[in-house]
Amino acid sequence: MAIEAGQPIDELKVTPDRFLPIRYAGASGDFNPIHTDKEYATMVGLPSTILHGLYSMAQVARALTDNAGGPANVKSLSVQFRGMGFPEKEITVSGSTTSVEDGVATVELVAEQDGNQIIRNAVGTAAV
Amino acid sequence: MPVNTSAIGKTFAPGTYVVGREKVREYAEAVGETNPLYLDPEAARAAGYADVVAPPMFAVVFISKTMTPTLFDPEVGMNFAMMVHGGQSFTWERPIVAGEEITTHVSVKDITEKDGKGFYVYETISKDEAGETVVTADWTFLVRGV
Repeated sequence: MAIEAGQPIDELKVTPDRFLPIRYAGASGDFNPIHTDKEYATMVGLPSTILHGLYSMAQVARALTDNAGGPANVKSLSVQFRGMGFPEKEITVSGSTTSVEDGVATVELVAEQDGNQIIRNAVGTAAV
Repeated sequence: MPVNTSAIGKTFAPGTYVVGREKVREYAEAVGETNPLYLDPEAARAAGYADVVAPPMFAVVFISKTMTPTLFDPEVGMNFAMMVHGGQSFTWERPIVAGEEITTHVSVKDITEKDGKGFYVYETISKDEAGETVVTADWTFLVRGV
């Protein structure tokens, strides 16, 4: 069992490829061009196209869900978006279980890329 | 200029989304999911589900369909050029499977101002065909320079 009070969860590592934001835009329906059009992204002051925040949150959710034993056990997830995520750089999701009470575990998580926290203060709960 | 809070409590017309098997698989593959529950109907049935299971974050897909147009509501008045997605929370009551019809209700939960930034919080409540809540979410959008 990857969820145990006071213990780290299994890390998740993923490197979104260059075209991931295009596939995620199609899959999710979020076609904001800051994620897919480098010319537009730089015009509005970004260094390049950036990852969808909800894609990055989906990686945090995946780490929580896989550690919790599947989607039926996941109860909630709350995050704050900070910094920007970029394609072609590895994302690491890590975390630890802070408590287990009445069959519900509380897990704190973070997603980092290049030493920047792109998702912080993530708190998930899951049935154990 | 103080932020306009008159839209707090405003509700919008609910919208219904039919969860499709191929859409679930497309989403699951895009975010890198490998759990066969999301991808293989036989594996999902063997685990007791009627069809493939939507990953928890698939809620983004059926909620956005209804919520996104409401973000442009003139009474809410968000300045999109200065807006970023600041925070997000979901509470899931149970997994959703392909074939279900989900109806999402959207409202403006709160609008506040702090340090020259506007914080716009939308609440969505998504229900199944029986009217039972399946997913509740808070979407926080941050607008600089209000």
